[in-house]
Amino acid sequence: MKIDPILEALEDQKKPRFRFLSQLPIDIPLLGGLLLLSGIAMVVLYSASGQSLDVVLRQGLRLMLALLVMVGVAMIHPRQLANMSPILYLVGALMLVLVLLVGKISMGAQRWLDLGILRFQPSELTKLSTPMMLAWFMARYTPPPALKRLFGAALLILLPVLLIAKQPDLGTAILVGSSGAAVIFLSGISFKILAGLFVLGAGSLPLFWQLLHGYQRDRILMLLNPEADPLGRGYHIIQSKIAIGSGGVSGKGWLHGTQVHLEFLPESSTDFIFAVLAEEFGLIGCLGLLAAYAIILARCLYIVVQAKDRYSRYLAGALTLTFFVYVFVNMGMVIGILPVVGVPLPLVSYGGTATVTLLAGFGILMSIQVHQNRQFE
Amino acid sequence: MKGDLTVEDSLRENRLFLNRIIASVSLMLLGVLVLVIRLIYLQIEGHQQYSSLSRENQVKISPITPTRGMILDRNGEPLADNYVTYSLEVVPEGIQDLKPLLEAISRLIHLTEAELQSFRDLMAKRKPFESVPVRLELSEEDLAKVAVKLPWLNGAEIRTRMMRRYPYRDLTAHVVGYIARINEKELSHLDPSEYLGTFFTGKNGLEKSYETVLHGRTGHQEYEANVKGRVVRELGKKPALDGANLYLSIDIGLQKVAMDALGDYRGAVVAIDPQTGDVLALASKPSYDPNPFIQGIDKKSYEALQGDEARPLYDRATRGAYPPGSTVKPFEALAGLELLGLPPLGRIACPGYYRLPGSKHKYRDWAHSGHGATDMHRAIVQSCDVYFYELASRLGIRRLHDFMQSRFGLGVPTGIDIAGEKGGLYPSEEWKKSRKRGDWSPGDTVIAGIGQGFVTATPIQMARATAILAHQGLDVEPRLVSRIRAGYDIEPPFPKNPNADRRLIEPGQWETVVSAMVDVIQKGTAHRIAAGLDYSIAGKTGTAQVFTVAQNQSYKSMRLTQSMRDHAWFIAFAPADNPKIAVAVIAENAGHGGTVAAPMARKVMDHYLHGLPHEN
Repeated sequence: MKIDPILEALEDQKKPRFRFLSQLPIDIPLLGGLLLLSGIAMVVLYSASGQSLDVVLRQGLRLMLALLVMVGVAMIHPRQLANMSPILYLVGALMLVLVLLVGKISMGAQRWLDLGILRFQPSELTKLSTPMMLAWFMARYTPPPALKRLFGAALLILLPVLLIAKQPDLGTAILVGSSGAAVIFLSGISFKILAGLFVLGAGSLPLFWQLLHGYQRDRILMLLNPEADPLGRGYHIIQSKIAIGSGGVSGKGWLHGTQVHLEFLPESSTDFIFAVLAEEFGLIGCLGLLAAYAIILARCLYIVVQAKDRYSRYLAGALTLTFFVYVFVNMGMVIGILPVVGVPLPLVSYGGTATVTLLAGFGILMSIQVHQNRQFE
Repeated sequence: MKGDLTVEDSLRENRLFLNRIIASVSLMLLGVLVLVIRLIYLQIEGHQQYSSLSRENQVKISPITPTRGMILDRNGEPLADNYVTYSLEVVPEGIQDLKPLLEAISRLIHLTEAELQSFRDLMAKRKPFESVPVRLELSEEDLAKVAVKLPWLNGAEIRTRMMRRYPYRDLTAHVVGYIARINEKELSHLDPSEYLGTFFTGKNGLEKSYETVLHGRTGHQEYEANVKGRVVRELGKKPALDGANLYLSIDIGLQKVAMDALGDYRGAVVAIDPQTGDVLALASKPSYDPNPFIQGIDKKSYEALQGDEARPLYDRATRGAYPPGSTVKPFEALAGLELLGLPPLGRIACPGYYRLPGSKHKYRDWAHSGHGATDMHRAIVQSCDVYFYELASRLGIRRLHDFMQSRFGLGVPTGIDIAGEKGGLYPSEEWKKSRKRGDWSPGDTVIAGIGQGFVTATPIQMARATAILAHQGLDVEPRLVSRIRAGYDIEPPFPKNPNADRRLIEPGQWETVVSAMVDVIQKGTAHRIAAGLDYSIAGKTGTAQVFTVAQNQSYKSMRLTQSMRDHAWFIAFAPADNPKIAVAVIAENAGHGGTVAAPMARKVMDHYLHGLPHEN
């Protein structure tokens, strides 16, 4: 058989270079974005942890584990994910109830479920199961959704949100709530209803205020005037703003952030790690980090737009929007425009469970992307 | 349901979803915009402010305390110096319960309840990482006991501190003063950066008036500290500049002679070098030991000192305002010579009393039978009151006041470099109107003529006036500190007036007054001290009334208690032809100036003049 060498070369190019990788359900651009962000995170974490290689290695190990989980999730076909959604949702809700009844109290809040060898935080599951359930629920009807559908959807969101808020974990409750709300928004809820809800929400703010814990109210009040109690409740915000502001345009340099290394900045490895980056790498570093997030979000949005069926669209869109909300709420808190709620900076803050959940979410997105274009069966 | 969808429906749904995605992206972009604007606001707009806040966070400064300057007499004999003490201190960092430690310490060296209380007070006020003294001065025995057990006393340490001491105790107490712990009131006007590591400040005397130069300049050590205050690294160091040493013009030997001369009398002796204004001795009796004040004198001792009727804490030399009595007469004579011409009165007949024209009131002379025909010379030698009643009346209070104040500094502080000087009083019509709400009467002038009535003066004022007289009218500025020795540039707190040597009185009439003052010793009211004199003294006695004798009574018929007896004054300079020392002496309630005060002055002058190197 004689074939034109040029054609042969073209044929060669079509073949994937890495057969193993091409067999995995991985979206390369998205993975690239995630690894870029994780790389930045490691660099910042090394400084934030007081140059502890141990901490960085542990975080790296967690990231590996989370990536495995991501690939595992991505292997599941979106159709199967849709079918699993109601069950997962119910299991999540049940476990939340269990947590309230028999959960372990840690740092003043009841969030953990002790499963013998492994401690588990059910609210992490609901971060995924809630948007999945909502996507499943809304995908069954032609958009735009009727009012009674919306009512049902609202109940589906409120159940886990209230259970989590009761623990109390306001940050997670907000994230779970917004992931559900994102589905409703994408499903085409009319802007009239949205406006009505907004008015209703604003009207119920005083009621919401009454429901808040004392320390939660303090955090909101502190945001308005942190200087009122600089050594007490305003301390976090003030020290964080000092760290960011003193970083300036180009920062103090890697490992030279005084706010961090002299321990003025609280929780520098976890919730306030963005302030470390801002102090050591300045505005340029902050914009760089935002760019890394933008790459990931752009690829996610591409996947969302490419998605063929309703469930995939809703779920992928909701996960993308929620990822942005994570970033916005954490940064907004660190730079002092949002109250201090315990939301880590996704993929950058030190911590295991949240990373696993996040990458499982990206696994869903990859599943949606790859199963439309490739065959794995 | 999928089967029911038409293509049109599907397109519509796609459009709707795409719209929502576009709306979402817009929202996200808006969110990013908010974040970026806020970051620009913090990192560009607020950069400087936050940078300085960050520096304040990180850089801690610890003071390096300078050693306080010494105070030495003119021959370098220390009147106030420092010595090293060993104090037992506790650094409470990391110790949860101090009680066992304090108990262990107390078993070694018994701690009093007062010491424990003061420790608790200091603990409450201390800054983090600051050590708190348990006992400031360990005796050698206690030092040995604690030093041996120190390894078992976790948190306790022995530190060295510089302590102040006044070796001449009561001899120099009023001159040198003392230092003691800074109190709340002083804290408000002391420069906080200079006093970061200083616990003491001058409360009195030279310790107070020269505080700025004695204290020195606090240095500092800059270091980076973490949020708990632990030192991470040293950034810089500025060494302390030790306080300046003050060399006084006082000679401790002469000071002792002056104090001893006063004997058991309450009073003061001031000696000045009229050529320079150097204060050679500044004695006030009774006195006190200033050493216990440094660490805080106990209440009982303090109350005893406060309540003592002899008022030992009161510096009579610079604060005691007494009626100067007849010691004003030489100055008044000069006023007459300058203002009324020579001779101002000529010879007057002294009948033993003086009457203002048209008045029945008799102003007595101390000599009841009178001095007979008296000219100025005789009036000074015999201290004739009538002559000076007459002279004062002729001059009038306005001219007298102006002359006494501007030429001899009566009624104004001398400006001596010591804290708390009083200015005495030379009255005027304006003064009486504003302070006494009364009009000046001619009788007020008459008694002012013999240094009584409203007139008061401090011993330092009289010494200065005498020095000006000795210096033939050249101004004299009394100073205790003659040299300030520091290893760096300092601003002396009491600079000499550049016009100091301006001539206050035109020379010319001095001979009359000075020769009369010499005769005061040779054949006048102070003739007792003339015996064995190998130099000439020009002097004037004064016997100042404390109690006013009523018109129809005589002084002797009064049963006078000790505190009503006259004050004895004596002013003098010597040698009369080449004055090297001017002295003012007052002995309270001691009676006659010539009898009591003059011999005291002679002792001082003898010691000083005999000690001087002989001139060829």
